[in-house]
Order: sequence, then structure tokens, then C-alpha cells
Amino acid sequence: MSFPWARQYEPTNGFMKFLDERLPLPRLVYNAVGAGYPVPRNLSYMWNFGVLAGFFLVAQIVTGVVLAMHYAANAEVAFGTVEHIMRDVNWGWLMRYAHANGASFFFIVVYIHIFRGFFYSSYKAPREMIWLLGVVIFLLMMATAFMGYVLPWGQMSFWGAKVITGLFGAIPLVGEPLQVWLLGGFAPDNAALNRFFSLHFLLPFVIAGVVILHIWALHIPGSSNPTGVEVKKESDTLPFHPYYTAKDGFGLGVILLFFAFMVFFLPNTLGHPDNYIEANPLATPAHIVPEWYFYPFYAILRAFTFDFILSAKLWGVLAMFAAILVWFFLPWLDRSPVRSGHYRPLFRKFFWFGLIPCMVVLFICGGAPAEEPFVMISQIATAYYFLHFLVILPIVSSIEKPEPLPYSITEAVLGEDEDATLGATAAAKA
Amino acid sequence: MIRIGGFLVGIGFTVVVLFSFIMGAYNFATEDKVGAPEYEFYKKPKDVAFAQDGAFGKWDLAQLQRGYQVYKEVCAACHGLQYVAFRDLAQLGYNEDEVKALAAEWINVPDIDPDTGEAIVRPGVPTDNFPSPYPNNVAAAAANNNAIPPDLSLMTKARGDGTAYVYSLLTGYGPIPEELTAKYPEFDTPDGLHFNEYFPNLNIAMAPPITTKDQVTYADGTEATISQMSQDVSAFLAWTAEPKMVERKQTGWVVMLFLLFATILAYFSKQQIWSAAKPKKTK
Ligand code: HEC
Ligand code: HEM
Repeated sequence: MSFPWARQYEPTNGFMKFLDERLPLPRLVYNAVGAGYPVPRNLSYMWNFGVLAGFFLVAQIVTGVVLAMHYAANAEVAFGTVEHIMRDVNWGWLMRYAHANGASFFFIVVYIHIFRGFFYSSYKAPREMIWLLGVVIFLLMMATAFMGYVLPWGQMSFWGAKVITGLFGAIPLVGEPLQVWLLGGFAPDNAALNRFFSLHFLLPFVIAGVVILHIWALHIPGSSNPTGVEVKKESDTLPFHPYYTAKDGFGLGVILLFFAFMVFFLPNTLGHPDNYIEANPLATPAHIVPEWYFYPFYAILRAFTFDFILSAKLWGVLAMFAAILVWFFLPWLDRSPVRSGHYRPLFRKFFWFGLIPCMVVLFICGGAPAEEPFVMISQIATAYYFLHFLVILPIVSSIEKPEPLPYSITEAVLGEDEDATLGATAAAKA
Repeated sequence: MIRIGGFLVGIGFTVVVLFSFIMGAYNFATEDKVGAPEYEFYKKPKDVAFAQDGAFGKWDLAQLQRGYQVYKEVCAACHGLQYVAFRDLAQLGYNEDEVKALAAEWINVPDIDPDTGEAIVRPGVPTDNFPSPYPNNVAAAAANNNAIPPDLSLMTKARGDGTAYVYSLLTGYGPIPEELTAKYPEFDTPDGLHFNEYFPNLNIAMAPPITTKDQVTYADGTEATISQMSQDVSAFLAWTAEPKMVERKQTGWVVMLFLLFATILAYFSKQQIWSAAKPKKTK
């Protein structure tokens, strides 16, 4: 679907005409990311991050496929094959550093993308399905990254795998058999390493499939925008190409500068030194931590330290999964008719002074050793996290009085809109 | 329904986590705080500069050659370098014949006798990796008071601030400071261990390997102080951990300059394209 004023594809030469009549691929591209896709004219740089996420997904697949050509998923040799890639394979060090840091950048851009969604309530009707698919993508990304980190078979690979799969052991009755079944043994070993490799290779293609659905769903209503006022007419939009291809191209250049800086000058900063020690089931590292992008959720997991009817460990596991699953319900928890945080004074305060500091604190505590005062701080932040989404957001959204919205995107950009008649602004708001 | 369910779930998690908080805070307030010498007296690695540091850093090949000499004459008795091959030494500035000669100095490379099939040792050739000093971990532990000397190939990447850490460790042996004994009278260095405030648990199983000036007679005539030998071998281990490091940073500059150019170009083309969409009065 698209807006009625969307331009139609016209093949410009004989070959394109031939192709378009038999397999309308050029038409598909034209309507999806070309001049045939009208987009709100006021999108900010916050709207670059979806395309950037797509770029990093492709980059991960390309570097990953090359690494897989030189890697062997066997506990005896896995660590050594990674060193072989670093030392002997032509440009192997570049492939590996790009893949490891690429995962971090993928998470950075997706986190920004998701928090953009929080601030502009992009999850609201009619975009619920885009949002739900997005959360599915995020869960798949987490699974993929976790299994990828196990593959080099260093100390953190091994002990991280052991701790995370050990969480399944907290499930009453079926927990332990389930854990053994998942690992193919009592502790991570060859069986686990092999299946993790197999799944780590598979899941990115599943993600790619869900991304296609995500973008398909996006093209029904089209993108939201910083005002949250829906597109009303042609002057509210610009064709995706060349306007947003140019803007996304510039954004890609900027993020690639940061990415290249990390890959070439600080390639191990986001990793853990212990992963350059080969896995040793007999030597437990002093602090077992996951990769940085899991810190907030790891902090929630560890915040439950005392049994309360259920075991503390089980509470931690439930809370950690719940922390992401609540995102699925956001479209129905936030009942405000206004989307953009720019017009929601109370919501905005809780976003900047509640949710953001809460995430920062959880991030710091997740990476810190499980000691006081970090545990107590993370407990307060965990409480706020759940209160924010499940209590504060529903209440704020029903009691707050939004600020006046512009009549249209055109009015927001040009300062006035001739179609806007007196009272129309108020009507649009209601 | 969703909002009521969500409300209950939210309150539920909050109550349970605050219960943990209260119990934890109570314990924290009432418990005696026992310090640990490993926390209070452990030192961060010393500040020491190396030629390969920084975005423009390059290997000091003479230093790497000296470091190799220290490794061979001192550390190799206990530590292997399993991921490094003799042919890699060509990167330290040795020519083909020199590499062959250096490899042949290692007379304990394990192999199989092609005629009898028996396990033998023979002199190294450039394609071999450095041999391990012990046939297996059991032998390594037996010879070292139950501690296994780790392989050093990746040591500087396997510790935070690794190159400085190795240097600090080698030069960090000494007596237990008086403040420590005053505060923790029961702290002691058991037999067979050695006090070193740069080692995370303060007692390390490695006897001080570099103890006297001129322990190594440098081929290039450099004065072999303890600090000099320690620095040289640390630099050498930075190279064994990542032989491609300097190549990586040099490639990085080319890539960054290209990206900067491309991004500036992209910025101006974006400005140009968007100038067509500058707000025009609709009237
Ligand atoms: C007599 C045998 C011996 C010699 C010679 C020796 N080491 Fe060690 N080294 C050990 C042992 C044993 C350990 C394990 C210590 C422990 O775990 O407590 C060790 C550990 C280390 C560590 C790791 C410390 C850590 O953080 O785990 C480094 C680095 C190291 N040695 C460097 C060197 C260097 C460099 C040399 C040469 C100048 C050298 N060693 C010579 C026996 C030796
Ligand atoms: C592989 C990861 C992902 C890719 C490749 C991807 C791709 C995209 C693209 C290209 C867009 C359109 C441009 C934009 O609005 O930024 C988009 C929009 C959107 N994405 Fe994602 N996305 C990913 C993950 C996620 C996740 C994890 C979420 C949320 C949990 C999410 C939520 C959304 C929403 C709500 C929109 C519509 C936003 C709007 O138009 O206001 N996406 N996505």
C-alpha cells in the first residue's frame, strides 16, 4: 500500500520493461526504497537507525560467512582456529574484529532504534505489528549474539554459556533435564559448541526474514514522524529516493567512522580479556560477565537475591525475560492518543529522568561485580524498570494533558498550512 | 485487561525485588565488613610506554629482537608460545637464513621418526611452532609446585592493560609491605609462592624470573638492566599476542581517511538534494 500520490514505476529502457513485465523486481525496489515511497518530510536523524540496523545485519552475515570458512566448531581446536584466523588467514584479523565489533554496533543502533520507538510511541496504532516484529527481532538478536560469543571457546565463552544455560535449571521440575537436553550434556562441551555454531549460522537468516516482515508491515501505514501527526496529504511527504537515501547515506558514513575507529584502533575494548584464555572447566574466572549489551538484563537477573515463595534464581530468570516481554504489551499499556513525546509533558519527564537513568544504572550494575552497593542500586533500578512500563506509563498516559499539536506535518515544517481552519487543530487533537 | 494484568505483574516484581533489597540492606548494615588484602593492596599496572602504543605506534624491531632473546634464554624454560611459528620471526627483521638458524637452535621440537614411528625430538625448522617446555600439563604442574605456567602467546591480550601488566609483574616482586602486615597479620606468602603486588591474589607461583643485571647478554650491546629486560620481553609478548597490530593501525588510517572523505561528500550531496525541499510558502 502507499499514499495515493505515490509515483508509479515507469521502466526507462527495454530491458527494465522486459523484466518488469515478467518479474517486477525493479518495481518492488522502486516502491519500497525508491521514488515510489512517500515518507514524512520531517523525519529527524533518529529515523536513520532502522536502515543502519539493516546495514549491520548484512555486515554480520558477510563477515560471519567468511569466518565460518576458517573456523572449526570442536572444543579441541576451536580456540586455535580463531587464532589461525587472526594470524594466518589473509585479512582474517579484519574479518574477526569487524564481526565482533559489528555485533556491538548492531546492538547500539538497535537500542537507539528501540528507544526512538519509546520516545515517539512508534508502537501505537496503526504500527503495533511493526513493533511486535521488532521485539521478535531483538529476542532473536540476543540469542544469536549469545551463541556467537561461545564460539571462540575462551574462558568467558565457556563460563557465560554455563551460567546462562544454568538459568534453565531454575525452572521447577523440568529445569534440569531441560538444561541437559539443551546442552547435550551436563556442562558445555563439544555437543553444545556444535549446536551453538549451527544455530548461530542459521538465526541471522531467520532475523533477515523477520526484518522483511517488519519492513513490509512498516509500508502499510508508512513511517511515523517527530510530531506523531499522521500524513494527511502530498505536501507532508517527500519521496524516499533521493531525499532519504541521501540522508541515510550520510548517516551511514558517520556511524562507519565510529565503527572503523573501534575495529582498527580499539578492537578488544568492548570484549573481555578472559576470552583470550582458552576455556578451562576447572578454573572459574573471578567475575563472569556477559557482553556489554546484555548488562541491563543481567543486572535484573542478579537483582533477586532472596527466596520469596519461589527461589531467588527463578525470580531472576522470570524478571529478566519479563523485562523484554513487557515491550510486547506497550501498544496497549500506553493509552494516550498522542504519539510524540514532544507533546506529552509528563511522559517526557518520566522518559528522560526515569527510564533513561534507570537503564544507565542497570547497565553499570550489570557489568559490576555482584557486590554492594551495586546489588542494592540495581534492585532499586529493577523496581523502577517494572513500575515504569507497567504502572507509571498506563497512569501517566490517561491523566496527562498533551500540549497542542500542529495541524499537519506541513504546518510543523512550514509554520502554516492553508488547509488548517480554525478549530481543526483542536479537532485533530481529540 | 492487559493494563490490570500488567499492573499486577509490575507490582509483583517490584514487591519481590524490594524484599531482596530490604533483606540485603539489612545484612549490609549489620554485617561486619571484612576487608580483603587482595582488594586493598593489589596495584594497577605501572605506567610504562612502548613504541607500538598509540594510533601511530610502530614496533621497535631492535627491542623485539632483544625481547625474543630474553624469552628464549629465561622464560622458555617454563612457558610455551604455541600459536607462534619460527617463520613469524622474519617479521622481527631477521632474514631467511637467520630464521632457519634461529629455528634450529630449538632442539626439542617433538616429531615422529619417519622410519620407526617412535616419538622423537629434533631441531626446529621455520614452519614449526615454538615447542612447549613440558610434554603435558601434568608434567608442567609437577615441575612448578602444582601451578601450570601458562602459554604466553596471548598473555598481553588476556590481561587488562596486558603489556604494562607483564612488565609490572616481572618488576613487582618484593617483601610484604608493612602496612599490609599491620592490617592483616594473618596474611602470609606460603612456601613455594612469591609476594607480588601486581598479581591479583598477591601470591604468585612463579619465582622471580629476572633477578640480576646482565642476566642476558644482549647481542646488540644494550645494557641489560632488570627494567630493560622486562620491558623488552613485554614488548616481544605484545608482538606474539598480535603480530598484525601495527599493520592493523596503518590500515585503519587509510580506511578512516577514505570514510571521512566519503562522509563529507555524502553530507554535501545530502544538503544539495534537500535544498530542493526547503520550505516554500504554500501561498
Ligand atoms: C621457573 C619457571 C618459570 C619461568 C622461568 C618463568 N615463569 Fe612465568 N610463570 C611460571 C608459573 C609457575 C606461573 C603460574 C603462576 C601462578 O599461576 O601463580 C607463571 C605465570 C606467568 C605469567 C602469568 C601471570 C598471571 O597473571 O596469571 C606471566 C605473564 C609470566 N609468567 C611471564 C613470564 C615471563 C615474561 C618470563 C620470562 C622473563 C617467565 N614468566 C619466566 C613459571 C615461570
Ligand atoms: C535487525 C534489526 C532491525 C532492522 C534491520 C530494522 C529495520 C527497520 C527499518 C529499515 C525501519 C524504517 C526506518 C526507521 O524508522 O528507522 C524500521 C522501523 C521500525 N522499527 Fe525496526 N529494525 C530492526 C529492529 C527493530 C526492533 C528490535 C524494534 C523494536 C523492538 C523495531 C521497531 C521499529 C518500529 C516501531 C519502526 C517504525 C518506526 C516509525 O516509523 O516510527 N525495529 N525498522
